[in-house]
Amino acid sequence: MERIPILRMGEFLLVTIQVDLHDRLATRLQDDLGESLASTGARGVLIDISALNTVDSFIARVLGNIAEMSRVLDAETVLVGMQTTVAMTLVEMGVSLPGILTALDAEKGMKRLRTAMRKGRANASHRQ
Amino acid sequence: MPLEMSSKILEVLEKHEAEVLAEWIKEQIGATTLRPDLLKEGELRAQCTKFIKLLREAILGSHIFDIQRPHWTPVRDMLGEISRSRALQGFSASETATFVFSIKQPIFARLRKSHDKADSLAEDYWNATVLFDKLGLYTAEMFQKSREEIIGRQQQEMFELSAPVVELWQGILALPVIGTLDSKRTQLMLETLLERVAATQAEVAIVDITGVPAMDTLTAQHLINTVNATRLMGAECLISGVRPQIAQTMVGLGVSFADVITKSTIAGALAIAFKRRGLGVRSLQPSEEHGA
Repeated sequence: MERIPILRMGEFLLVTIQVDLHDRLATRLQDDLGESLASTGARGVLIDISALNTVDSFIARVLGNIAEMSRVLDAETVLVGMQTTVAMTLVEMGVSLPGILTALDAEKGMKRLRTAMRKGRANASHRQ
Repeated sequence: MPLEMSSKILEVLEKHEAEVLAEWIKEQIGATTLRPDLLKEGELRAQCTKFIKLLREAILGSHIFDIQRPHWTPVRDMLGEISRSRALQGFSASETATFVFSIKQPIFARLRKSHDKADSLAEDYWNATVLFDKLGLYTAEMFQKSREEIIGRQQQEMFELSAPVVELWQGILALPVIGTLDSKRTQLMLETLLERVAATQAEVAIVDITGVPAMDTLTAQHLINTVNATRLMGAECLISGVRPQIAQTMVGLGVSFADVITKSTIAGALAIAFKRRGLGVRSLQPSEEHGA
């Protein structure tokens, strides 16, 4: 069965979606990511969707769930490279993915993850 | 239409061209519908002379008063051109159509003089009336068409003007919105903004609504959608130029701009944008307090 590869880069997990994301593939990605986060202890997840031409409400919900799940597992999620038409359609549908970070491309996404992580550490040390 | 029927008018045009022309021009100058402010007499004379010449050639060529025939193309073209230029100059429809209709009087007068039998005169009158009515209607039609073209072009220009996205700084875009925001315009605005964000990889976009006179819930929703879509793309969207009345209306309507950064001036938004990009502005003049 096909699945979307999850690559590990230091403290982060890298997911680039190159194929059309159908429902089962999306839920499987969510399961796999949960496993990987738990086993690697990664602090951030970067999901690149620049190759996706369509994102339906289900996929959007799965992406939101991934962000939510990552936060529970102590990791930030950044979604990069959304196409203009996809962004417009999602907004039309009323989906704004509030809990998820976004960036224009993978490089900027990495930067955002690092900043978010620094902030998270600062907050954590402040609390102690 | 047989040769005979058109021959009388042709005869009048050939024999009394100068008189018809002079009377026709007089008729037009005397008419209340002439606009001396828009059209010089010399220009009018040139148009009339050319029209009579083309009319004669057309009747001579076709012997038929069917203005759709190819022989009438030069006449039609000329009328089209006159209608277009007068529409551009600001003439009204009746002012433009008078050009053709006022030729009836001098021609009818000549027809009456050259006839002795009432029967054939009536027939010639009828033929001439039919011809000039057709030409007049054609003129009015062309006039209207030109006006529609002008309106269409203006609409297009206004539409294009409605969403200019400008680059304020590297990585900072601004979209000044002027006028009322309707759905079609907002859609165009959103598309242009997102496309420019994708093309320039700008991280911050400022939507300035100083020029928006009023805002209702729908417009507010459109704005929030713009902010959300920009965020989904991976850029940040700030709203500036919120006037007190608009802020008050928003509160009154219960619209929440909770997740949106709003500023009252574009300068304030630009300051935030600079901060986001890690930039700052400093004065080149040494400040007095600290000494040079």
